[in-house]
Amino acid sequence: MEIPYTVDARPDTGLYNAKLGIWLFLASEVMLFGALFTSYILLRVGAPVWPRGSEILNVPLATINTVVLISSSITMVMSWASLKMKDFKKYRVFMGLTFLLGVAFLVIKSFEYGAKFEHHLFPSNNTFFAIYFTLTGLHGLHVIGGMIVNAYFWGPGSRMWKTDPERFTNRVEVAGLYWHFVDLVWIFLFPVLYLL
Amino acid sequence: MSDPHSRAAAGHSAQTHGTDGRHKEDFLRKYVFSNDHKVIGIQYGITSLIFLLFGFTLMMMMRWQLAYPEQPIPAMRFALPFGLVGLIVLAFSRLRPGIHMVVGMAILLMGWLVYWLATNDEMMPGGIMLPEFYNSLGAMHGTIMVFLGVVPLAVGAFGNYVMPLQIGAPDMAFPKLNMISYWVYFVGGVVMLSSFFVPGGAANSGWTSYPPLSDIATTGQTAWLIGMVFLITSSLLGSVNFIVTIIQLRAKGLAFMRLPFFVWAQFVTAFLLLLAFPPLEAAGILQLMDRLAGTSFFLPSGLVVSGELLPNTGGGSPLLWQHLFWFLAHPEVYVLILPAMGIIAEIIANNTRKPLWGYKSLVYAAAFLGFMSFIVWAHHMFLTGMGTSISSFFQTTTMIISIPSVIILSALLISLHGGSIRFNSAMLFALAFLPMFGIGGLTGLPLGLSSSDIALHDTYYVIGHFHYVVAPGTIFALFAGIYYWFPKVTGRILNERLGKVHFWGSFVCMNVIFFPMLIQGLAGVSRRLYDGGSQYAHALGVLYLNEWMSVGAWAMALFQVVFVVNLFLSLRKGEAAAQNHWQATTLDWSATPTPPVAHGNFARVPEVFRGPYEYSVPGAAADFTPQNQPL
Repeated sequence: MEIPYTVDARPDTGLYNAKLGIWLFLASEVMLFGALFTSYILLRVGAPVWPRGSEILNVPLATINTVVLISSSITMVMSWASLKMKDFKKYRVFMGLTFLLGVAFLVIKSFEYGAKFEHHLFPSNNTFFAIYFTLTGLHGLHVIGGMIVNAYFWGPGSRMWKTDPERFTNRVEVAGLYWHFVDLVWIFLFPVLYLL
Repeated sequence: MSDPHSRAAAGHSAQTHGTDGRHKEDFLRKYVFSNDHKVIGIQYGITSLIFLLFGFTLMMMMRWQLAYPEQPIPAMRFALPFGLVGLIVLAFSRLRPGIHMVVGMAILLMGWLVYWLATNDEMMPGGIMLPEFYNSLGAMHGTIMVFLGVVPLAVGAFGNYVMPLQIGAPDMAFPKLNMISYWVYFVGGVVMLSSFFVPGGAANSGWTSYPPLSDIATTGQTAWLIGMVFLITSSLLGSVNFIVTIIQLRAKGLAFMRLPFFVWAQFVTAFLLLLAFPPLEAAGILQLMDRLAGTSFFLPSGLVVSGELLPNTGGGSPLLWQHLFWFLAHPEVYVLILPAMGIIAEIIANNTRKPLWGYKSLVYAAAFLGFMSFIVWAHHMFLTGMGTSISSFFQTTTMIISIPSVIILSALLISLHGGSIRFNSAMLFALAFLPMFGIGGLTGLPLGLSSSDIALHDTYYVIGHFHYVVAPGTIFALFAGIYYWFPKVTGRILNERLGKVHFWGSFVCMNVIFFPMLIQGLAGVSRRLYDGGSQYAHALGVLYLNEWMSVGAWAMALFQVVFVVNLFLSLRKGEAAAQNHWQATTLDWSATPTPPVAHGNFARVPEVFRGPYEYSVPGAAADFTPQNQPL
């Protein structure tokens, strides 16, 4: 038994299964983060005072992290493009870079968290820190999830390149769509928490 | 193994029976961690039916407390039926591993859990129910019935099993993901059940878990939240799978407007699950943070509990939870009802032997219903003081959303006109669905109007209303679906005589249970009172109804025993079903063997040439023309 359209697009929809699947999954993720951002707005407009993020959070570190994540999105696209051009070695390099940039993001983030904990700033301090830790923590979990997938496709998962190269390219594309979404969430988080 | 899949796959498995080790692995892959949508559908079906039975028993214990407050509960009387049914099912297994054994053991385990709960000294000292425990039972009854019973049965079981067959697909688009969905749901269920054993008992803040109460409630609430995160994840994965399967794996010639209405209902339902559940997941995460990390997302400043100021940072909003919760839970209402409508549509078209009246209006109404269900949520919150302008917006959208529901119900009712109706058990349940859902829907209108809701809010009227929608509504539709598709799944027909006993008994009992709730509610009796309202003067006149309803509920349980016995008796000794037993037009019956081929469903890949309900076409050879019959 074969499931149709795992590799080729269905003619009338123009999509292969996994691509439609990941877009639907991302739609639900939009609703998840959308609900959290909405909660943020509701809590903020209901609060008598609200601290300015730029005064208590580390804006330079977060700016570096923004650059790191955007770069990782670029290397992710490059890795997929390399597969499209049948250059597996280049793919390994770019996918490896994507993973390492993810590590860099988490390391910088952990420095930020560590500094906050050192100054006894916890989620329980006030609503600002509560939403800050919740949103960035959940985003961090998404980054870790994406890194696990990327590491798998860099390592053991890449064996599929030999047996079914087209399907493997599709998989990397789908993983890339998720990775770009995680990147996009950060691009919303950064101004909302650090700058506004 | 006695179930027919093993028979269908006998040729396949015969080669692997050589050594014991290989056989064991084969068994795990085929029945436990199977990727086959049919096996997963059956797993969902069995698990959710057991949860329904358990949730129903929790309610029967509550009904004892309501009918005879302060009297010791006869624990054995509640646990014994489980024990008996469990032993009967075990007897069917002849002590060989297989479906009977698993189900029999599960039912015995439930019986033990019920007995343990009813004799637990912390919750029921001397057999008398503490108010806290009554609250736990209420919260867990709601949660189990909705999230572990009805939705997994309607979507997980029927959707999984029937939908790929009806669209001519060899399986779901992502079979492995499908398997993961089931097991994540299973873990969520286990977490929910285990919460009965944590200190303070299971969650006791209602199935809606409103803060601030839920934020400061006992540990059971944390287990509830963790369980919900599992259940939500399972639904999300499942709904992605459903939508992709329906869009991508339709057979050749099966255009969207040729889909059976059941598939349309599942399609809209999957979108609701996909988009409405994440906000509840967000809310669950925030409440977990409140409970575990000491934040106060839902705790207002200056909160006083038991005369003491709560040492929290404050600044949170209890209303925020209600918005996030109902943003899920209103679409959830349509998740409960849409698959039921889909099942009813199939059965009515089949048993009236004529096309559905207004197929296109049904489809458009279902899609519109799905869309509208996202903008009516705050009609659950008229009394929170959110303001009259917001109330009038949500009251208007609520009145608008009743239109597509009325269209669907009317189309189904008109479909009966001029048909030569076959009154089998499936059809009886389907026919009963129409007036029962009608009562449920119409009693909802006064709740949707913000002024009449002031009087009715949080009374038994609300309980009566939504139970009419879900219990004699959706659950009757699910029963109808079981009678209709059981032959497809097992190759055997359910006993009609037992089926009719089951139907008439359930039909009478349902109304004995739920109609008095409407009366009590109009008299002003509040919901969630552990003594049924005996402290209130205005309730005294309608208090005698409590005993009626309770007796109705226990009688209802007896008729469900008939159903369970019928299931297992027919599985063993039932009359064999013909390939297209109901002479149906849709692919699930017309193009697959009964039961379907273990891998790939179809002996030959079907192609579709016509619409879904070509019954009694003038000039046709038979009174049904299958979708896959060439023009």
